[in-house]
Amino acid sequence: MKSGAQILIEGLTEQGVDIIFGYPGGVVLPIYDELYDADIRHILVRHEQAAIHAADGYARASGKTGVCLATSGPGACNLVTGLATAYMDSIPVVAITGQVPTSLLGNDAFQESDITGITMPVTKHNYLVTDARDLKRIIREAFHIASTGRKGPVLIDLPKDVCTSMVPDVDGPDEQPRLRGYKPKYQGHSKMIQRAVDLLLQAKRPVIYAGGGVISSDASAELVALAEKMCMPVTTTLMGLGCIPTDHPLNLGMLGMHGTEYANYAITESDLLFSIGVRFDDRVTGKIEAFAPQAKIIHIDIDPAEIGKNKQPDVPIVGDAKSVLSDILKKIPESCPHPEWSEKVAMWKKNHPLRYTSDGKLHPQFVIKTLADVLGEKGIIVSEVGQNQMWTAQWFKFTRPRQWISSGGLGTMGYGFPASMGVHFACPDQPVFVLAGDGSFQMNIQELGTVAQYNIPVKVIVLNNQYLGMVRQWQQLFYERRYSYTELPEVHFERIAKAYGIEAATVRNASDVEAAIRTALAHPGPYVLDVRVEREENVFPMVPAGANISEMIVGHHTEHEEE
Amino acid sequence: MTAHIFSVLVEDSPGVLSRVTGLFSRRGFNIESLAVGHCEQPDTSRITIVVTGNDVQIEQVKKQLNKLIEVIKVLDISESEHVERELALMKVRAGPGEARSEVMQIAGIFRAKIIDVGSDTLVVEVTGDSGKIAAIEDLLKPYGVLELVRTGKIALQRGSATVSSGR
Ligand SMILES: Cc1ncc(C[n+]2csc(CCOP(=O)(O)OP(=O)(O)O)c2C)c(N)n1
Ligand SMILES: [Mg+2]
Repeated sequence: MKSGAQILIEGLTEQGVDIIFGYPGGVVLPIYDELYDADIRHILVRHEQAAIHAADGYARASGKTGVCLATSGPGACNLVTGLATAYMDSIPVVAITGQVPTSLLGNDAFQESDITGITMPVTKHNYLVTDARDLKRIIREAFHIASTGRKGPVLIDLPKDVCTSMVPDVDGPDEQPRLRGYKPKYQGHSKMIQRAVDLLLQAKRPVIYAGGGVISSDASAELVALAEKMCMPVTTTLMGLGCIPTDHPLNLGMLGMHGTEYANYAITESDLLFSIGVRFDDRVTGKIEAFAPQAKIIHIDIDPAEIGKNKQPDVPIVGDAKSVLSDILKKIPESCPHPEWSEKVAMWKKNHPLRYTSDGKLHPQFVIKTLADVLGEKGIIVSEVGQNQMWTAQWFKFTRPRQWISSGGLGTMGYGFPASMGVHFACPDQPVFVLAGDGSFQMNIQELGTVAQYNIPVKVIVLNNQYLGMVRQWQQLFYERRYSYTELPEVHFERIAKAYGIEAATVRNASDVEAAIRTALAHPGPYVLDVRVEREENVFPMVPAGANISEMIVGHHTEHEEE
Repeated sequence: MTAHIFSVLVEDSPGVLSRVTGLFSRRGFNIESLAVGHCEQPDTSRITIVVTGNDVQIEQVKKQLNKLIEVIKVLDISESEHVERELALMKVRAGPGEARSEVMQIAGIFRAKIIDVGSDTLVVEVTGDSGKIAAIEDLLKPYGVLELVRTGKIALQRGSATVSSGR
């Protein structure tokens, strides 16, 4: 006989879980009691939202499924933003919540909330367990669902009596989940693959548009191989950054609202758009009718519902990015250059680089560029949301997949700092840097307590502009500089960090940036760098919402620096 | 914008219906009618949903339904030869006398049944497609339809094709 809580811990161990981020409460006491001497490490966060972001960061950096644990009611409700964040970016997370005993379900009992009802639209699937005998099966199903097909978060709600009840150990160790309604398709249809190959071979101005799906299926090597064979330039979404090195000659950087001019021009003039692991999001396409208007479209995605949702492709391929790319690669002859197109793209790249004013003042782009220079190939970069995120996406030099961790689809302020904790535990040998805004950092700043307690050596660089900068930018450009409730008062992040016992410094001059970053990097524990950047710097290029992506606002730069 | 009839086989679990209906409201699809009950297979229910929308929307409905873990099979029955029925009960004001016999006559023409007789009401049960139900409702309206309830459409493909065989 075993208790539900025991079955839970055994089930997690069977799934290879070695770390959980959580926060205790009344109904999860039986689980915490099991954790007390389990082999699974538990990190006590300061807010449940941080637990799920950390689990999510762990998943993004490692490719494995992240796990978090919260109590019923308020604890469970604090997970909702994190579930929605993971759901939008298709990140495998299993969230375990406590629930009031089954006898009280539906009674508005103390700390009862209908968390399976609440999270239905933001989970891939969820379970309310009412019998401990189902638990083993449900854990296996949950991990299977979270980590296969189009990945995503799964929640398991566990009433207290299910955790305490004693039941016989039901099934053998290798019973596989049997789900009648869930059979993800990995292999692309051979006829469609042939049609894609035919289009690729006919194309004169092809472009690859790659997204998070490429990272998720570990298909970056295949993607770069195809790009090189076909001499096709590659532009990536925010979620796809890192699937081709920033310095790769075929890389065009990010496309869309804050994409590079050359990526957006290349898309607009292309005659073939090879789209893979992307979803034609409005932040990418701008006005959808004017997106890649001359191009035939190949769309590869593991989720059939993404195909044709926003843009009708000429060749739809449902399948896993890695499998489909490998199949296509086999059918492509050694090299298929498009000299005219390559030249044109090279001209755009040369004539329209990313820029920022270099006048000796402390510009945020310079901080990121310096960080990239200091880190070289090392490091994992986590961002918050806002201008800080876009500048990092534009200016950091990524060298590999899973090096860039950021909330894309939901754009969750307060994601980055807690996520970085999970990133550290996934990749303990890598330096982890968070590029934060002063607004975003304050959304989950309490996690300074967690990084201090466990000495988690993440380095937070606050691009402190004393504004909700991205919103201020929109107000400046589209609301006649009426800065309605976007100014933030000066905060001394150095003092806050030190109050938690964390090393910190404040940087006010461009000339001090590099040394400060080196100090942070060399410090063995967590570190906060409060960088007082130019307050009204803007992110350019910018495509106004709903406009044609070839019509960018590029901003004014007195002097500029090449990329 | 045409009406489509989806026949959806689902796991017989609590919450499955709210997953399905939640998906419709969340994604802005309009449900015209929905009928649910056990079907020929154990642990399985069949939901019949009538939805209107353009081709892109209908395609999305189908794909989004298929994404639900507890949805086993989705078929747009209206794409093939099929039979469809709906049952309605109508409580009609018809006291003893002329009105009552007229209502009974109308019911007769529609092969509807009178299943309850009150002091001044009749309950009429009618089965058919939406057109037939609308027609009898129109005819009974002048007498006063106090209440109307319908089951929502249910449908099956003609011949040997079944939803689980996928044809
Ligand atoms: C939780 C949440 N609330 C509100 C927003 C809307 N929003 C997007 S960017 C932004 C400003 C972010 O400010 P800050 O973190 O200081 O970054 P900056 O843009 O200044 O670099 C806001 C409020 C959001 N994305 N997330
Ligand atoms: Mg700011």
